[in-house]
Amino acid sequence: MSEYRSMSEDEVRERTRALLEKIHPEKSDSVTFRRAQYDEGLAWIHFPEGYGGLNVSPKMNVVVLDEISKHSSVVYNDPPAGLIGIGMGAPVLLTYGSEELKKTLLPRIFSGEDIWCQMFSEPSAGSDVAGLATRAVRDGDEWVVNGQKVWTTVAHLSKWGMLVARTNPDVPKHDGLSYFLLDMESPGVDVRPLYQITGEAEFNEVFFNDVRIPHEYMFGKEGQGWRVAITTLMNERVAIGGAGPRKKGGGSISQLMKLWSEREKQNLSPGQEAVMRDRVSRLYIETELLRLTAQRARAAQKAGNPGPEGSVAKLAQADINKRLWETAVDILGSKGLSFEAGYELRQSAGVDASSTEAFAKYQFLRSRANSIEGGTSEIMRNILGERVLGLPGEPRVDKDVAWKDVPRS
Amino acid sequence: MNLTFTEEQDELRATVRQFFADKSDEQAVRAHMNLPSGYDGDLWTQMAEQIGLAGLIVPEEHGGAGFGYKELCIVMEEMGRVLACAPYLATSVTATNALLQCADEATRNSLLPSIATGETIATLAYVESSGCWDLSEVNMRAQSKDDGWLLDGEKGWVLDGVAADVILVVARTETGLEVFRVEGDAEGLTRSDLPTLDLTRKLAKLSFASTPATKISEGDQSEALERVLALTVVALAAEQVGGAQACLDMAVEYASTRLQFGRPIGSYQAIKHKCADMLVEVEFAKTAAYHACFSAADEPGELLEAASLAKAYCSEVYFHAAAENIQIHGGMGFTWEHPAHLYFKRAKASALLFGDAAHHREALATIVGL
Repeated sequence: MSEYRSMSEDEVRERTRALLEKIHPEKSDSVTFRRAQYDEGLAWIHFPEGYGGLNVSPKMNVVVLDEISKHSSVVYNDPPAGLIGIGMGAPVLLTYGSEELKKTLLPRIFSGEDIWCQMFSEPSAGSDVAGLATRAVRDGDEWVVNGQKVWTTVAHLSKWGMLVARTNPDVPKHDGLSYFLLDMESPGVDVRPLYQITGEAEFNEVFFNDVRIPHEYMFGKEGQGWRVAITTLMNERVAIGGAGPRKKGGGSISQLMKLWSEREKQNLSPGQEAVMRDRVSRLYIETELLRLTAQRARAAQKAGNPGPEGSVAKLAQADINKRLWETAVDILGSKGLSFEAGYELRQSAGVDASSTEAFAKYQFLRSRANSIEGGTSEIMRNILGERVLGLPGEPRVDKDVAWKDVPRS
Repeated sequence: MNLTFTEEQDELRATVRQFFADKSDEQAVRAHMNLPSGYDGDLWTQMAEQIGLAGLIVPEEHGGAGFGYKELCIVMEEMGRVLACAPYLATSVTATNALLQCADEATRNSLLPSIATGETIATLAYVESSGCWDLSEVNMRAQSKDDGWLLDGEKGWVLDGVAADVILVVARTETGLEVFRVEGDAEGLTRSDLPTLDLTRKLAKLSFASTPATKISEGDQSEALERVLALTVVALAAEQVGGAQACLDMAVEYASTRLQFGRPIGSYQAIKHKCADMLVEVEFAKTAAYHACFSAADEPGELLEAASLAKAYCSEVYFHAAAENIQIHGGMGFTWEHPAHLYFKRAKASALLFGDAAHHREALATIVGL
């Protein structure tokens, strides 16, 4: 799989220019152009030929983009709603999908015609996602699915869903899972927005009521769902944490410093001002260290000598970001009592950036998720403690026990 | 700025680590800290002669190794890891930097070579009875007499002030802050060891009564001395990182082997999560200290900000790691027999030396315009 053939950057650029001669972004729409890009093997360049790639190193993907942006004022980037399909769906489909599914669906993923979503987490299976309870029961050539998923991004826009469900409750939890590709338009699929602390819904809940999936839409074999799910997660393009702003004083801290520079509006007493100034200074230090630690991690990785510096970012960032926005609201004082944006329940409209103050209040609420999403801080501490520091694991009460016999809430 | 070390620098680290593992284990540290001078003269000589540490940042033309701050950072970190007792911070860091930044050529020529061989121990005296680490709080006035100078007054918290052969004293003249050289055996100089919280580093009070001194600087040294202090706290931050890492290692080791209720205490999240938090902090502290050392070496314009940032952060991290190490060791961590208290005391002392975390957060706030 990883045996890429060598291709020079020049040739990649040449092939990209050839694509642009056939069809130019400035004279076509996104779907048409991206379909052509797929046909030329310039979609996922590391994929095999005939499947949107040229079987060359994934490093060349940025070369394609760079060449397009050199010759076109219009660049059709990955559509945001399509990121899950493009980043996680496509590699899983390529590895596990039938020939027919690959040929039909890969171009539609890349063009943005089909949106994909990922359905792993459940109300009773958060950190312990392998303990999930959505059941799939075989009925002839089909599987019948009942249960509920949660935290499903873009489910309301999706044509396809990557679903992990329990096909055998009589074996330990990891062994009884199977992985399905679900047509989200199937009868019995009910997608509802999940409103969060800010009043908006970035995510959905998905309910399954006797949903039928053809057997050939199972990815991997029955009982191998966990392994396929891991493949999916390893392909996750969007790394939460670890990046941070690359520019000194950039990102969230610049917003906090802006609020601080306008502090005369808040009539702080000298004592309050001294305390707040210390808090802001502390956050300046920590955000700067977040940025520099990510830089140190990249350099160490490049030098082939990665250490623990790369794995601490997620935990640190969650904590720092939460405190940063708490401090921001504290600087606002009584003004922090109002929430001008209101809590009208709505599908995600994105960040309210109408003013630094509004942005701070929004982030104050949104940042609570930082220590929950993508692995809670408690789980991150377990991972750091066990995998980095080598501390012994906790005794597991669910090991070697049939899933149906494990207590669950 | 690429915060990684070269292969040669990694080799230096390995050499220094091995040296101190052999010569400065816990038993040796306990013996050395009880000596009157607070360090072992033989070890000091070996540090200077065998691996050239005393003159690490002394330029080659003055008989030193001519290394920069990245190498110094490595040495400080490794010494901090084992609590090595030596007048290193006083003579090889602070006094050396003061001579390089402030002193006239004749003084550099006369002092740096013997500092590099370890024969001369020098130190910087600037803080006065207020205990404030700001240069603006220096009130001592030098009186010119004939073709020399006389000093009167007191200096406190002077690193290795009793052991030092030469004391570089900061005092005021009409032109501003200047640096004076006073011999350790000078007339009218009384030196007394302070009973220190940290047993592994000596501090002294110095009283000057019409003590003869030689002025070694030319004109106001305020800015140069700011850089000297910044360079000192950068080195101290690196030392703190080494100590914090040692505390984390000790805590993890103990948590992996200590059994209670039938399992290692490190398997409990209450302990494991403490260790994970320490890991995050130690990694960030490394970033802070390395960034400061690399700034000192390559980006002098960034030095003051990077130094205060590192001192503020590393001080708290070291103290937290040392405190958690005691807690994780339980009753054993509270005993005299266990080394945890040596680190705990070093951590608090190094946090307070040259300005505590709040002092440096304040300094940083001013620098970045908060």
